[in-house]
Amino acid sequence: MQAFVATLNAAPIWLIVLIKSAVLLLVVVTTFAYAMLFERKILGWMQLRPGPNRVGPWGLLQPAADAAKLILKEDLTPKTADPLIYRLAPFISLLTAFSVYAVIPFGQSSSGVWAIGNVNAGILLILAITSMGVYGISLGGWASGSKYPLLGSLRSTAQMISYELAMSLSFVGVLMLAGTTSLGGIVHAQERLWFIVPQFLGFIIYVITAVAETNRAPFDLVEAETELVAGFHTEYSGLRFGLFFIAEYVNMLTVACVATLLFFGGWNALFGLVMVPGVIWFLLKVGAFLFFYMWLRATLPRFRYDRLMAFGWKILLPFATANLIVTAIIVAFRG
Amino acid sequence: MRKNLYNVGAIFKGLSITFGFMFRHKPTIEYPSVRKQHAPRFHGLHELRRYADGKERCIGCELCSSACPANAITVIGAENAPGDRRSPGERHAARYEIDELRCIFCGLCEEACPTDAIVLTPHFEMADYRRGAFVYAKDRLLVPPEAGVGVAPDERPGGIPGDLGRVEELKSTMDIERGYAATWRGEALKTNRKGLAG
Repeated sequence: MQAFVATLNAAPIWLIVLIKSAVLLLVVVTTFAYAMLFERKILGWMQLRPGPNRVGPWGLLQPAADAAKLILKEDLTPKTADPLIYRLAPFISLLTAFSVYAVIPFGQSSSGVWAIGNVNAGILLILAITSMGVYGISLGGWASGSKYPLLGSLRSTAQMISYELAMSLSFVGVLMLAGTTSLGGIVHAQERLWFIVPQFLGFIIYVITAVAETNRAPFDLVEAETELVAGFHTEYSGLRFGLFFIAEYVNMLTVACVATLLFFGGWNALFGLVMVPGVIWFLLKVGAFLFFYMWLRATLPRFRYDRLMAFGWKILLPFATANLIVTAIIVAFRG
Repeated sequence: MRKNLYNVGAIFKGLSITFGFMFRHKPTIEYPSVRKQHAPRFHGLHELRRYADGKERCIGCELCSSACPANAITVIGAENAPGDRRSPGERHAARYEIDELRCIFCGLCEEACPTDAIVLTPHFEMADYRRGAFVYAKDRLLVPPEAGVGVAPDERPGGIPGDLGRVEELKSTMDIERGYAATWRGEALKTNRKGLAG
């Protein structure tokens, strides 16, 4: 074992990063698959159904069956589509969704945080990468050469831009309290008190904008089934649709991770139970946030489009700004 | 602004309702593995019965055919040959066909039959890929001799509702307080579930 660790320490940095990335990719994809099953189960229970239970015990092999089905389906490209961009768009979504995990820390050991890259400006990088994700959706909808995807992609652009602002502003309060933009540093700053307490308004704004950013119910106007068939991915089928699907769930996982890091104290233990490893705490908190997402989806009806815009600009943005100003004043006076 | 914030409480109320529903009893019947118990007189696939000595009950009178509102039944009667008596009467059904796709499962044939020959059984799984497969002739309608004589609805367990009092008790099929659970089928379903669990 020690020899193994010694070999690892001697390995070149690119190899270590490669191994870390492969492991993380595997974990994230597996989590995605079971988050999907978990969501369908929860939705089922809340609607008095048993949920998927035919494939494997308790439906546990359902993700494998879904994946096999999507891979075997025909990959259609509409005649009117722009073939290159149409085929590229799902990969843009997926790539941006996955690359965020390069900077998200999952735990901590004596040698540092558990992350592929421990970046000083981690939170800024996350914001930058996640805002790129909208390109996959808008380009995919635009290049489909069909009217419903076009409407979906226009909606997504407007929605993402409106909610991105309030989301970034809700981060700033936390950053001022922590005095750092490094995700590890933010978690350290929460060892005594989670930021959900002093930044409660910021947390509420973050939760709402996060739902909008990931295009989930009740803000799923981008793929509103009742109005837009399936929104931006109406024309996509087979594996390319699957990639969009993975991207959506991985984004969901990302916002859950960010919420955990910024507001729930990351890997800090609850009730002083420090013997439980930090990673377990982190995953538990992420799981709770994911459950909340599914719970919301099972409860709330979809927003009307004009109300979505009005809510974002007229309520969330002023509140986020007020929160920012009040926090800034308090931080300044406390020194 | 005030109007917009007014409904925040409603969101939490909604969330509490969906959370509570997560732990409720699920009324789903997992059909192919769990089969719901049908009423004894359920109107399903038809059956032509026999007498205890093996003779067909049908006397080819065509009353079922004329009673049928969907014109689903075709009967062609014939005289019983002296050496080969198919039924105790003078005539028997040479051909007896029911088009189950036309049938509306009303049970009027059953009521019209003077010899209780044609009955509706609780069997309902008749799916097939060919339309022709739904025209049931005597080979599939007649109870095979080795399978007994067939059971009339009245002779099935619980076939004659001896508990007619319960029908009086439940004036409406739906109880407003208990909803579906208060109906006859709802109760049967509950006992069915309990039996499975135990």
